[in-house]
Amino acid sequence: MAQHYYQPEIETASREKILEIQNEKIVKQVRHVYDNVPYYRKLMEEKGVTPDDIKSVDDIKKLPFLTKADLRDAYPYGLLGTDLKKCVRIQSTSGTTGKRVVAFYTQEDIDIWEECCARAIVAAGGTNEDVCQVCYGYGLFTGGPGLNGGSHKVGCLTLPMSSGNTERQIQFMMDLGSTILCCTPSYAAYIGESLAEAGYKPEDNKLKAGIFGAEPWTEEMRRSIEKSLGIKAYDIYGLTETSGPGVSFECSEQTGMHINEDHFYAEIIDPDTGEVLPEGSKGELVFTSLDKEAFPLLRYRTRDICVLSRKKCSCGRTHVKMSKPMGRSDDMLIIRGVNVFPSQIETVLLNEGYTPNYQILVDRVNNSDTIDINVELTPEQFSDKVSETQAKEKALESAMRTMLGIGPKVHLVPPKSVVRSEGKAVRVIDKRKLHD
Amino acid sequence: MSIKQLSVFVENKPGKLLEIVKTLAEAEINIRAMSIADTRDFGILRLIVSDIEKAKEILSDDCVVTVTEVIAVEMSDKAGALSNVLKAFGEAEINIEYMYAFTASTELGAYVVIRVDDNCAAEKVLAQEGIATLDVSAI
Repeated sequence: MAQHYYQPEIETASREKILEIQNEKIVKQVRHVYDNVPYYRKLMEEKGVTPDDIKSVDDIKKLPFLTKADLRDAYPYGLLGTDLKKCVRIQSTSGTTGKRVVAFYTQEDIDIWEECCARAIVAAGGTNEDVCQVCYGYGLFTGGPGLNGGSHKVGCLTLPMSSGNTERQIQFMMDLGSTILCCTPSYAAYIGESLAEAGYKPEDNKLKAGIFGAEPWTEEMRRSIEKSLGIKAYDIYGLTETSGPGVSFECSEQTGMHINEDHFYAEIIDPDTGEVLPEGSKGELVFTSLDKEAFPLLRYRTRDICVLSRKKCSCGRTHVKMSKPMGRSDDMLIIRGVNVFPSQIETVLLNEGYTPNYQILVDRVNNSDTIDINVELTPEQFSDKVSETQAKEKALESAMRTMLGIGPKVHLVPPKSVVRSEGKAVRVIDKRKLHD
Repeated sequence: MSIKQLSVFVENKPGKLLEIVKTLAEAEINIRAMSIADTRDFGILRLIVSDIEKAKEILSDDCVVTVTEVIAVEMSDKAGALSNVLKAFGEAEINIEYMYAFTASTELGAYVVIRVDDNCAAEKVLAQEGIATLDVSAI
C-alpha cells in the first residue's frame, strides 16, 4: 500500500536530522521555561541545574520531573509560560483523578497540535476526499477540538458531532457517508452495537478507518471493533498536559504509535527510582514538550507504563514508537497487594466470548479487599439450566484468577445493565476510597 | 411430543420480574406455565406461553432469552400419578434436569413440564408406557 504522510520531510527524517531538531529546540525551551515559569525555575534551582547545563537532549535527564501533583499545586496559572495576552485557548482534563488540569495554548501551540492530529489522520489513510466524523467530546476535552483541527488541516469534510446522541451519529454516518470515525474505543464499540441493532451490516457503512483513543483498549477490542464496523482501527495517544491527542499515533503497521519527536521528547523511567531506562525497557513514559509556548511542561510523568522501540517501521516513518500503554498508575488497582489493570480483565472477557462491557467493584470488608466484576451476559452464553449458567461464572472466575493472580467474584448481569457513558466508560468503582 | 419453553435471564432485584411479565401482558401473550430457578445474583424464568416466537422477539430487546425443548406430560390429579412417570424415566436412565408441576382444567387435571437430557428417549419411554404428552395448544 502506498504510504502518505502529512509532513513527509519531518515524518521520515533521518535519526540524525531528528536529533538535530530536538537538540536545537531543547536548549531554547529550557531557557524559555527557566525565564518564564518561576515554579519550574525553583525546581531546577533545588536540583542545582541551570539552562547552561542543557546542551542537548542527552542532558534532559538532569532536569527535575513534573507530576500531576505539581499541576495541582500550580493550578491554574503556575506553569504558564507566556503572557496570557498571547494565549488564545484553554483545554482541561476530565478531572477523573482529582483536580482538573487546565492547559493553555497560543495560536502557534494550537497549529502544532492540529498538525500532529493531521499526521495521525493521514497515517490512517485520510485525504481531502474523506468525510471525517468526530464524535469525541467537544469543549474542554481535547479529543473533539484536536481531531477537528487535524481533520481541517488534512482537508477532510469534517462532521463536528461531539459525543452522544447515537441515533443522530448513525443517521449522519449513513446519510453523509462518513469514511473516518474518531471517538473513544468504547463509544466505537457502542456505535457498532447500535448499528447492528438498527439492522445494518458492517458493509452497509462507508467507513474505512477509525482513530480511537483517550482510554485504554486491548488488541481484542480492536479486532471486535474492526469486525463490527468493517474498518481498520488506529490508536492515537495524547494527554491534555502535553497538548491533547496526536502526541503519538498508529500507522498502517498497527504495532505501536509513532511519537511526534520533533515536538515531544520521550523517556522511559523506572517509576520508583526515576532512573532513565534503556530502549526496549518497560517503564513509565515521560514527555518533554520541545516547543510549546503557553504550557511548556518539561519531564512530565504521564503515569502510563509502556515500551519505546526504534525498530524500522514498514510505513517509512522514522519517529520512535511507543507501545500501547500496558497500564496506568491512576487506573491500576492494588488489591490485596496485587497490581490489577482493568485491561487484563477486558482481555479475559473477550477471550472467553463476552462483550467488553463490565464493571469492577472494589471494596474492603473486614479489612480485606474484595473485587467483584459485573459482566454482561450474551445469548450465546446463556443456558436455561442454573448449573450451566453458574458454571459460566465459575469458568470466568477461574480465567480471571489465572490472569490477575487474585480471585475476583464474577456476576453475570443482563445486557446493557452495566453503566455505559457515551464518552468514557466507567469501568471501576473503588468504594475503599470512601472508607479511607 | 416436545414443546418449546422460553427461558429468560432475570437479575435478582425487586421489580425485574414484573418488567418481563408486564411486557408479555402488553403484547397480550398468555403465560400457560412458569417456574423460576433462583441464585443469589440471578434467576432463570422458564415460561410456556401462548405465542413463543412473539414472546422471544419482544423480550430479546432487553433480556437474554433462549428457547429449549421440554416435555409436558398430562396425568391424573391423584396420588401416585407422578411416580409412575418418573419410574419409567428412572428405568430408562433418563436424567431429569428440572421439572415443574401444574394443575389445570384439562380432563385429567394435572401436568408437569419436564426438562430431560434426551428428549427422544424420553418420548419413546412415555409412548411405551402409554403416558400422554401435550402440545402447547392443549395446555
